[in-house]
Amino acid sequence: MSSIAGQKSGLVWAVHLSAAVLVILWLFPTVGLLVSSFRTADQIATSGWWKALFPSQQNLTLRTAAPETQVQADGLFVIEGSLFEDGSSKVITVWGTNAKGIDSYQPGDTAALRRGGRLTVQADGSYRLEGEEEFTGRRGPRVFVTAEVPPEFTLANYHKILISGGATDNMAKAFFNTLTVTIPATIIPILVAAFAAYALAWMEFPGRALLIAAIVGLLVVPLQLALIPLLKFHNGIGIGKGYLGVWMAHTGFGLPLAIYLLRNYMVGIPRDIIENARVDGATDFQIFTRIILPLSFPALASFAIFQFLWTWNDLLVAMVFLIDATGETTVMTKQIVEMLGTRGGNWEILATSAFVSIAVPLFVFFAMQKYLVRGLLAGSVK
Amino acid sequence: MHPAIQGLMTIAFGVGGCVGYFYFSNLLVDKVIFPAKGEHIARNIRRANIVRPWLFLAPALLALGLYLAYPVVETLRLSLTQRVPGGGYEYVGLDNYRQMAGEGKFWEALQNNFLWLLVVPAASTAFGLLAAQLTDRISWGNIAKSLIFMPMAISFVGAAVIWKLVYDARPPGTEQIGVLNAIYIFFGGDDPQAWLTIPFWNSFFLMAVLVWIQTGFAMVILSAALRGIPEETVEAAIVDGAGPFQIFFRIKVPQIIGTIVVVWTTITIVVLKVFDIVFAMTNGQWETQVLANYMFDKLFRANDWGVGSASAMVIMLLVMPILVWNVYNARREMR
Repeated sequence: MSSIAGQKSGLVWAVHLSAAVLVILWLFPTVGLLVSSFRTADQIATSGWWKALFPSQQNLTLRTAAPETQVQADGLFVIEGSLFEDGSSKVITVWGTNAKGIDSYQPGDTAALRRGGRLTVQADGSYRLEGEEEFTGRRGPRVFVTAEVPPEFTLANYHKILISGGATDNMAKAFFNTLTVTIPATIIPILVAAFAAYALAWMEFPGRALLIAAIVGLLVVPLQLALIPLLKFHNGIGIGKGYLGVWMAHTGFGLPLAIYLLRNYMVGIPRDIIENARVDGATDFQIFTRIILPLSFPALASFAIFQFLWTWNDLLVAMVFLIDATGETTVMTKQIVEMLGTRGGNWEILATSAFVSIAVPLFVFFAMQKYLVRGLLAGSVK
Repeated sequence: MHPAIQGLMTIAFGVGGCVGYFYFSNLLVDKVIFPAKGEHIARNIRRANIVRPWLFLAPALLALGLYLAYPVVETLRLSLTQRVPGGGYEYVGLDNYRQMAGEGKFWEALQNNFLWLLVVPAASTAFGLLAAQLTDRISWGNIAKSLIFMPMAISFVGAAVIWKLVYDARPPGTEQIGVLNAIYIFFGGDDPQAWLTIPFWNSFFLMAVLVWIQTGFAMVILSAALRGIPEETVEAAIVDGAGPFQIFFRIKVPQIIGTIVVVWTTITIVVLKVFDIVFAMTNGQWETQVLANYMFDKLFRANDWGVGSASAMVIMLLVMPILVWNVYNARREMR
């Protein structure tokens, strides 16, 4: 009996452990991007981001202040100061006075310099150099220290990307362009689809089944097929490349899913409610706006999230229908792709831009996950 | 005009236009054309009810027809024509397809697409099933699910940047900042590898990105299906002495096989259209071309609309079986 119980708890442990491994595996790449966006270009280039979370050991070659800053006190010539810049939280573990013995002294020890004078270095980097004779030369003597550097993060990348960066680095404009594309492209299809979904769910007319089948078919039509004919069409009616075109395209491409999701949801609304309203003399238009729309809120929210994520994250539709040669209307995804090409090695810029572009969808995702899951289940599980 | 103002105006115009259209067209039908009064009241109400569904459907049908149905036909037509210098088109029969079949890049794209089709839906579904089963009964399961599901919200372009950092390679001897190379060196690999430039295997490194994104989707749906399994079947199996693995593979999986197929086909559609990942990470270099990116190349770099349309038709052809199967299922359910 005990062996069975032991086996069981072993299995439970295995489940917890494998779930944890899976989660870490799935989270690791994104965390890498997030951490990198808070590091300087130097830090990113010299060590892996996973090391940024822990204190690191650094070997530094520093100099004391120049002899011209020396003062005379009690018959001695003295130079005092700190090896590190102000506010540094580095801690010296060992130090030395020449390249061959960089770990000769502990913090607090005093070393006799070859060129005369005695040097004392403390753990926080403050030092005192004193000697009976005047120090000469233009620069102070070298000090080799091994220091423990605590994790360091900076917001400079975000400042550059959002505010101060030049034309190719600044994402502010692309951010607003993306927003401009997304909001109308999310709202308009909902309205158009809701009316159609109501007709398909609750009105009797010949050809209804055929229409529903057609919409199920259109759900999977690759939008690659639509690119050339629609570009020709947009050029033909004179709107060319621009916001109007991209809004219309997103509306068209989003409609099958919208109608499908909303119809499936509306069919589930109890028949009694609608019949009662009819008996009371409500017209179809009233039934739709007063009863169906408020009751369908969860389905509307689901679709709104899908459409928002899809339009925010889209690259292809924006490249074909929106962005013209001037690049004035570029969206974030396009700008990041361009950066990947031109600034492939500048990870601080890339990581920060990418994170700026995925922050909004991630927020929406975590805030409205319930509706997203509900929509997914309604959309695919039959 | 500032785009933001234009956007607001479009929202106002679009929403107002829609509401106005529906409201006034209904009003027109009910009060003016077929008023529910006078000597023909019964006939009028009947006729109004025949017309009304089409009022509700009209804007959607117009948009669907123009933006999805018409392009299918038009693309088919364009794939059989060729632009003649000086404007206009001429019918060239299957010449575009013949030209495409003569290009190595096309066959490379087709071959890669099949590889993607084999690997990505299978891997995503398998990982999704594993994640669903693992997180189903543990106390922090919902948090785990949320985190595995999260990549779904990240754009393909964002994912491309994330994974390019994972695959990054630095010169030998210096510290590696890409996780994959760091692990490779740690376990005794000699020189850091530029993973995305190794033909054949690089396709798998690109696929990993899509698997990473799609696993959450598979997990969410399969997890709901697993919860829908009647408890008695599992209990009966335990009583009969089935082990955990037997329960999973012999009892649970067969009961959700329908859902697994749905997940599989949905991801298959995504794979057939995959564009952004390849475009952003390798742009089809080093033998990673796929159909959607090949088509984009033809359209907007080579400016060859004929061959571009032909390759779009190939994608459509590959989607066709799933389209037919979906429509067949939907019709069966409605009966």
